[in-house]
Amino acid sequence: MAKITYIENNKEEHVVEVPNGNTVMEGAVQNNIPGIDADCGGAMACATCHIYVDEKWYDKIKKKEDGEEDMIDMAFEPNKFSRLSCQITVSDDLDGLIVRMPSKQS
Amino acid sequence: MISTDVIVIGAGPVGLFAVHQLGIIGLKAEIIDNLNKVGGQCSELYPDKPIYDIPGIPKCTGETLTENLMEQIEPFGSKIHLNERVQEVVKEGTKWKVTTSKQKIFNTSAIIIAGGVGSFEPRKFSLKDSENFEGKSIFYSVKDKSFFENKDICIFGGGDSALDWSIELSKKSKVTLVHRRDEFRGANKSIEIVNKLKKDGKIQVETPYQLESIEGKDKIKSVMIKNEDGKNKKIKADILLGFFGLIMQLGPIANWGLGMDKKTIAVNTENFETNQKGIFAVGDICSYPGKLKLILSGFHETALAARGCFKYARPNEKYRFEFTTTSKSIKKRLGVKNDKQE
Ligand SMILES: Cc1cc2nc3c(=O)[nH]c(=O)nc-3n(C[C@H](O)[C@H](O)[C@H](O)COP(=O)(O)OP(=O)(O)OC[C@H]3O[C@@H](n4cnc5c(N)ncnc54)[C@H](O)[C@@H]3O)c2cc1C
Ligand code: FES
Repeated sequence: MAKITYIENNKEEHVVEVPNGNTVMEGAVQNNIPGIDADCGGAMACATCHIYVDEKWYDKIKKKEDGEEDMIDMAFEPNKFSRLSCQITVSDDLDGLIVRMPSKQS
Repeated sequence: MISTDVIVIGAGPVGLFAVHQLGIIGLKAEIIDNLNKVGGQCSELYPDKPIYDIPGIPKCTGETLTENLMEQIEPFGSKIHLNERVQEVVKEGTKWKVTTSKQKIFNTSAIIIAGGVGSFEPRKFSLKDSENFEGKSIFYSVKDKSFFENKDICIFGGGDSALDWSIELSKKSKVTLVHRRDEFRGANKSIEIVNKLKKDGKIQVETPYQLESIEGKDKIKSVMIKNEDGKNKKIKADILLGFFGLIMQLGPIANWGLGMDKKTIAVNTENFETNQKGIFAVGDICSYPGKLKLILSGFHETALAARGCFKYARPNEKYRFEFTTTSKSIKKRLGVKNDKQE
């Protein structure tokens, strides 16, 4: 279980507990947190689950696998802290994680 | 006005198979799709990638699956209207009136929506000003190459389209290729050519940079690009081309009074009918408890939705369950003359 803070582009914060094994994307969608569309349902095929990981957390998260960076090319306003939230699996290590949503997903 | 039993909206794999399921029970259908080709996501997003979970087909690419589906529905002679988006769906008496972006009008007893996640549109520049220049000096595709001759062109993107057009347009124009990171994801061969052109001074390549601002009033004069460390560069340009892939936009479907659940349409699992009698939804666009966005699930959904259409298209007849192997009438519809083993 990890407590994750999702910050919308308008600064609104949502703090939820996400069970281990779920993805950061699922944590948002299942709790009706706006700002993550996840059109492809987590198959790394849409880039509409794009988030910016908090600077302090970025290096603590498991590195991107093949294909994620390519998909991020298509995300809206990517930067060096960009990740696809469907590719981050929650574990106890992520307790306290902070992620921010872009102004829109498409 | 075109009259038919069923209108299928979307020619993705699921829409194509819907035509088959309608055809074998004797219903006439016409398909409408916004794209210039059939196959939906399979042909637009992953034509060369093999799919491994189509029942009975251990491995086939998105393109092959689409070709096979086209062959399978050929006997029914359904008309496919491409490059047209369905804009409006309105009830007229017991029928539905369907209007497309080209003002084509259909009159139909039932509708099957197989619209996927909506229609594909190019992803655009995020800058607000960019809208004002769209179609004049900002483009997301190249239709007429001659328009792009003798210009200062700034191309954004890191995939095959960005690389290929940089190579092609640099023959007659000055091209700057800008990408958000140092690696390009296109074919190795194109990357090699771009590197060579860069070495020879025929193309300027700027990475890792992104568009920061556009200068110019009616026409673009130059653009400012910025890297992650905040460093700015000014690039002279009168044309911008953006190749950021495609995004699916739900579009007009949201306005048809259907029970929408986020970007999907709620259906029952008995026959995949929506909250509107006579309108069914199948494939990626429908939602119900346990829905999986898989082609095989979509195929199953069309079998039931097609039977659901029957009572609207043939109100005075009773649908009879039959197998394709043994039914004479189905074989007639399929145009099978003699299927005895030789
Ligand atoms: C990279 C990738 C890999 C995949 N791999 C697999 C796999 O291995 N196995 C699997 O089962 N699935 C896979 N999928 C998912 C599969 O492609 C989809 O489930 C399938 O395409 C859904 O089919 P569909 O016909 O419902 O919708 P789509 O294929 O999305 O087609 C919908 C069509 O409707 C059209 N449309 C939408 N709105 C309108 C309108 N208003 N007017 C006219 N036309 C409209 C669109 O232009 C589009 O052509 C994959 C998807 C991706 C992106
Ligand atoms: S949900 Fe589509 S890429 Fe993450």
